[in-house]
Amino acid sequence: MKPKPNPPLALLAELTHRCPLACPYCSNPVELTRKEQELPTGTWLDVFREAAEMGVLHVHLSGGEPASRPDLETLVAGAREAGLYTNLITSGIGLTEKRLRALDEAGLDHVQLSLQGVDAALADRVGGYRGGFDRKMQVAAWVREIGFPLTLNAVMHKQNLDRLEETIDLAVELGARRIEVATVQFHGWAARNRAALMPTRAQAQRAREIVLAARERLKGILVIDYVPADHHAQFPKACMGGWGSTGLNVAPDGTVLPCHAAQTIPSLRFERVGDRPLRDIWENGPAFEAFRGEDWMQEPCRSCERRHIDFGGCRCQAMALAGDAAATDPVCSRSPLHARLVAEAEADAAVTEAEFVYRRMNSPALVS
Amino acid sequence: MNPAAVPFLPRGVRVHEDRVRGMSVLLAPERALKLDAIGLAILGEVDGETPFGEIVTRLAARYEAPAERIAADAAAFLDGLVERRIVEVRP
Repeated sequence: MKPKPNPPLALLAELTHRCPLACPYCSNPVELTRKEQELPTGTWLDVFREAAEMGVLHVHLSGGEPASRPDLETLVAGAREAGLYTNLITSGIGLTEKRLRALDEAGLDHVQLSLQGVDAALADRVGGYRGGFDRKMQVAAWVREIGFPLTLNAVMHKQNLDRLEETIDLAVELGARRIEVATVQFHGWAARNRAALMPTRAQAQRAREIVLAARERLKGILVIDYVPADHHAQFPKACMGGWGSTGLNVAPDGTVLPCHAAQTIPSLRFERVGDRPLRDIWENGPAFEAFRGEDWMQEPCRSCERRHIDFGGCRCQAMALAGDAAATDPVCSRSPLHARLVAEAEADAAVTEAEFVYRRMNSPALVS
Repeated sequence: MNPAAVPFLPRGVRVHEDRVRGMSVLLAPERALKLDAIGLAILGEVDGETPFGEIVTRLAARYEAPAERIAADAAAFLDGLVERRIVEVRP
């Protein structure tokens, strides 16, 4: 019999797919969940209680834009009551000072604010939402006034990487304790915008230098978490810290996922909250079992000395690029597809004029 | 950490009794740190009012250990958390 997996540390609660922004790298699935299909308040509160009882420590309230849910304050209060550390992942749009004060009352622990660019021209063009940047700066000021710890979440790509130093400076200026410098990942919607988003090798290299220098300079002032450009890496990232090992996602309609992109893997069978206890889904659900441990691995992963370090990389990226979710992530230099991946990345990086394909709820690709 | 500095846990950081894993953890933005008995004892004295020097004196008395060693261990522990913005100090 297989050993029982350790309990998860984190729950990503995707409260809704609705979002006023239209980021060209949106990480929500290509098929969005409509408002009518979203879980009701009470079901979310049950999910939080179950999650806390099974050992989850952090709940990340995300979306879409979680402020699109009018019951956000109730959800935060319920999550806190269950004993969870509550993190709000927001674009800031839809948050007023009054709502932030209500979230404070409800016990919200931490705010993570997305940042598309360092000024209105850049940020609003990337987010596809005019006025978004100014609103975000206002929200950041309220966050600071109330006293919530603040993290900025900056997705970086070809069109804003040259302004990384200013991005880090802005985080300090806004009083953030942390910044996530996350180079865009190319699954889901971002795959449609590769030519507009793929950074050059020089940008990726420079970003690394900037991050290392800033970490040293800003010790005790700003914590910098960095997700490098993996198409330019030698080895893949340890996606999710290992499949089904540290965290789980609940999608707006209650589907329980090992990672936010897992639905791009057609062979997986998912369950929904309420089908059976969340703990059972985590411990025995077929989607979680699929890539847990090492039995599923093929060569070159199976005999690789790095298999305990990076777990063969990202399963969704293997699916997207190799057509096989159990293949070595082609980001790995040991993948037979690596040379092709690098050539395609360099070709996309070299494109200088490419329009964004924005992500909107009524985009043509939506299947209702 | 100098003896007059007053360390405190800023908003958004708290000690959590993890019943499932049977341990204490320090919860912070995007971080959960496992606390051993020593870490827990140090943080137990971090109340936002007591200066570091007094924290060391109390711990040395309670654990009947040399103050210099306690000071070195506690400073390393707290300075590490200050660097990561999990603990703050009032000068």
